[in-house]
Amino acid sequence: MNLGEINPILLIASLMVAATPLLLAAIGELVVEKAGVLNLGVEGMMIVGAISGFAISVETGSPWLGFVAAAMGGALLSLLFVLLTQFALANQVASGLALTLFGLGLSALLGQSYVGIKPPSMGDIHIPVLSDLPVIGPILFQHDPILYVGIALTAGVWAMLKYTRAGLILRAVGENHDAAHALGYKVVRIRVLALLFGGACAGLGGAYISLIRVPQWTEGMTAGVGWIALALVVFASWKPWRTLLGAYLFGGITVLQLNLQAAGVAIPVEYLAMSPYIITILVLVILSADKSRAPASLGRIFHASH
Amino acid sequence: MKFTSLLASAAMALGLATGAVAEDKTKVGFVYVGPVGDGGWTYEHDKGRQAVEKHFGDKVETVYVESVPEGPDAERVMTQMALEGADLIFTTSFGYMDPTINVAKKFPNVKFEHATGYKTAPNVSVYSARFYEGRAVQGTIAGRMTKSNIIGYIGSYPIPEVIRGINSAYIHAKKVNPDVQFKIVWAYTWFDPAKEADAAKVLIEQGADVILQHTDSTAPQAAAQEAGNVITFGQASDMSEYAPLPRVSSIIDNWAPYYIARTQAVMDGTWESVNTWHGIKEGMVEIGEISEAVPADVKAEALALKDAIASGEYHPFTGPLNKQDGSPWLAEGEVADDGTLAGMNFYVEGLEGEIPQ
Amino acid sequence: MIVLEKRPQPSKAWSYATPLVAVVATMVFGGLLFAILGKNPVEAIGTIFWEPLFGEFSFYYRPQLLVKGAPLVLIAIGLSLGFRAGIWNIGAEGQYIMGAIFGAGVGLAFYPLDAWYVFPLMVIAGAFGGWIWAMIPAFLKVRFGTNEILVSLMLVYVAEQFLASVSLGLLKNPEGFGFPGSRNLQSYDAAHNAELIAGSGMHWGVVAAFVSVIFAYVLLNRHMLGFHIRLTGEAPRAAKFAGVNPPRLILFCLGVSGALAGLAGMFEVSGPSGVVSIDFNVGYGFTAIIVAFLGRLHPIGILLAGGLMALTYIGGEIAQSQLGLPAAAIQVFQGMLLFFLLAFDLLTNYRIRAARSEVA
Repeated sequence: MNLGEINPILLIASLMVAATPLLLAAIGELVVEKAGVLNLGVEGMMIVGAISGFAISVETGSPWLGFVAAAMGGALLSLLFVLLTQFALANQVASGLALTLFGLGLSALLGQSYVGIKPPSMGDIHIPVLSDLPVIGPILFQHDPILYVGIALTAGVWAMLKYTRAGLILRAVGENHDAAHALGYKVVRIRVLALLFGGACAGLGGAYISLIRVPQWTEGMTAGVGWIALALVVFASWKPWRTLLGAYLFGGITVLQLNLQAAGVAIPVEYLAMSPYIITILVLVILSADKSRAPASLGRIFHASH
Repeated sequence: MKFTSLLASAAMALGLATGAVAEDKTKVGFVYVGPVGDGGWTYEHDKGRQAVEKHFGDKVETVYVESVPEGPDAERVMTQMALEGADLIFTTSFGYMDPTINVAKKFPNVKFEHATGYKTAPNVSVYSARFYEGRAVQGTIAGRMTKSNIIGYIGSYPIPEVIRGINSAYIHAKKVNPDVQFKIVWAYTWFDPAKEADAAKVLIEQGADVILQHTDSTAPQAAAQEAGNVITFGQASDMSEYAPLPRVSSIIDNWAPYYIARTQAVMDGTWESVNTWHGIKEGMVEIGEISEAVPADVKAEALALKDAIASGEYHPFTGPLNKQDGSPWLAEGEVADDGTLAGMNFYVEGLEGEIPQ
Repeated sequence: MIVLEKRPQPSKAWSYATPLVAVVATMVFGGLLFAILGKNPVEAIGTIFWEPLFGEFSFYYRPQLLVKGAPLVLIAIGLSLGFRAGIWNIGAEGQYIMGAIFGAGVGLAFYPLDAWYVFPLMVIAGAFGGWIWAMIPAFLKVRFGTNEILVSLMLVYVAEQFLASVSLGLLKNPEGFGFPGSRNLQSYDAAHNAELIAGSGMHWGVVAAFVSVIFAYVLLNRHMLGFHIRLTGEAPRAAKFAGVNPPRLILFCLGVSGALAGLAGMFEVSGPSGVVSIDFNVGYGFTAIIVAFLGRLHPIGILLAGGLMALTYIGGEIAQSQLGLPAAAIQVFQGMLLFFLLAFDLLTNYRIRAARSEVA
């Protein structure tokens, strides 16, 4: 065993990469839940985003176009959820689960001819001077562009919720849809927009896995990240910056347990593999003391009867 | 009992029926544990199935069901294939062992072939590949190529198959480079590309410049390419899209010759229950093209080893070898028996760390 | 302009008709999908719905419907109680795993003792395993107000790792040549959950599923606790005045759903599956959530929904091998079925009217 072999700088840099798909999906879901809708179909939207992005970037040779397509793919799938829950007033939990099942199947069908292909690479950014700084350079200034998009989105959502009128309306709709409706806000329209945004973010997160983190296409490759993103939103008590922190914490635990194994620390591996989930539960318990609650209308069906 | 006899008579009736048709068509079923699009284990089995179709043309009909969970679902799918008149059924995952035996009992006229298991019956054969032979070749290249003397190894679960591969690679890396050290990371999953990518990155960050993987995705290849100066080997399929660097060679599962031979045996009526463990010699394990990134002398050495294994003059587990705790395992010149290899659950001397239990 | 008008009472007629409408719609759109994939749509749909029930080999498939449907129904019944009260246990998969590990663990501990009490003890252990796993989110929710959706979900992953660990260690078959997985309980008579009548598919788990349906029906319609459950879900404030004790309700609902999921796992591992292995769980815990909703959280509905899901699984496998349809197409087909069932449910509670748009 030799803990000295773990390089903390590289550890931080790689946990940021590991956290990015989670962050992207979670920040989208956060907006959805702030609008009072619970969409459990994140995993399905991610995997559809993963294949849409992969297919388009292979066909066009441009990873950027791929990411655009991924966002569109995720949003398109979320449109199904919109139809079910906003117009057919179906139960959100069941609709979300059905969406995941459907998305997994659909992505596998779409991806049949993309197995074993290498996608075009995006490459990391390199900023003169900044990227070459010791310690800070590798941690902050040597990543792929999408990682920064994730952080920018977090900041954007935070600012939107906190400072803009749109954010205020979104929160009002999520807190009490009947009151918001009485005030003349278009509840359904706002929720539809939030859901589309959530779908697009999940799609980006999926494509980050298939285009940058892995990069290849295989069926079911998101392997449960969408579910963890859902946990992350609650973990963060619906706060954007806490979502970022949570994503890094979660990514960090995963990367750290692999680091400990490679360094030969004699902890039973299965318990290390469990640790991210157990720690999430612990943090959930600790955060429960914090009374920042879920949006009051979360998961409830809205029907304008007047 | 009544049900079993009902099934048996149905099978018999079908057996007779297919017997009559068998002159023009033999029906071969395949049960897969993953999707055919997994790019690894199931993908290679399905290539074997396609080879059977191509080889026999109209004389054969193949059917398959993918992503069949181990347990009762597998039993049902096998029964269904047998009921529908399959003459030969390949069940391609270790967890299908007991279901295969159960179904085979009910259909004595149908032949079954179970991959990677150890239970046979008059109408059940088992087959597996000696991947550890390929690992020996990999280990040799890895030991010669490493500059940091640290080799990273990504394992799935600590089962004999994986442990055998680690031992074989280590023995041969050590033989050409006594300073070599193995870092082993267990992913505890069969399939999670993102986790494999993380594992590869971690190993590289901790100084490994060679990554060996016993997981099927290309994620470690991409991680190595990004890091630069790290070499890898393709696993299950060739992964030639990452050649010449980082992928310098590969171990390929090639089931096609076996599947064709067994189908032929059923057609000829010469099928018997056998326990097959084929390696490089029979072509079940293939070594993918060694790329130009490997110096000529190393390549020659690796190929010589491959030839020696193929001809049978060298066995990768030849003594003197000690177990990890220093206790003797194989004496000078002694060769490991297949029973010990099949259930291998210990590291050889020199490997660090413990096998998780 | 189309408007929805809430019915004063859910329509009885539509609540029976919508599932049929949904199945027909799925056949139409599913047929379209199969046609795009180059298969004969009529043949494909016929294979999925007809073959298992009335086809040449239905004598084999009909009992298999019971085997496949029973765990789904057993788990879904337990979940539906909590869902009605607004208590969201979505970690039944983990409770199913723990039930199997506890149940099989007790059985294997007695190996090779041949005594009548081995199997009953396993049943108790299985229920206990699922119950204790569900008590973690229940306790945390009652004590700290922690969100049970997430805790129960996280515990699924923990249970999966634990399953891998015991398959490779504690419960590994000592005669298995080092391969992972336990002894096969099917060949240990005292612990084997065999078919009660050979070839019928009826094992104790199927019996338990039917009993649970009756139990839930009686509980919800004839019992004070059932009334409290329904009241809490429909009118939480009224429930408070009616003297509902929320912590007790949480402990009860999560406990029952956990115990039933644990039982399902135990019956599966001691019967159809036989072995504790790394990949023992196949998603029954998650599929059961869908079954619970398809059945509208009603016991009889759940029974029928479980049967329907089982049918699409078995029919889907037949379609795969006979017609070469990819598994993914079947998955999409199942997804469509769920979408339509959920969507058409609208007609039960709302009336659709054409109306002139008015200025509000």
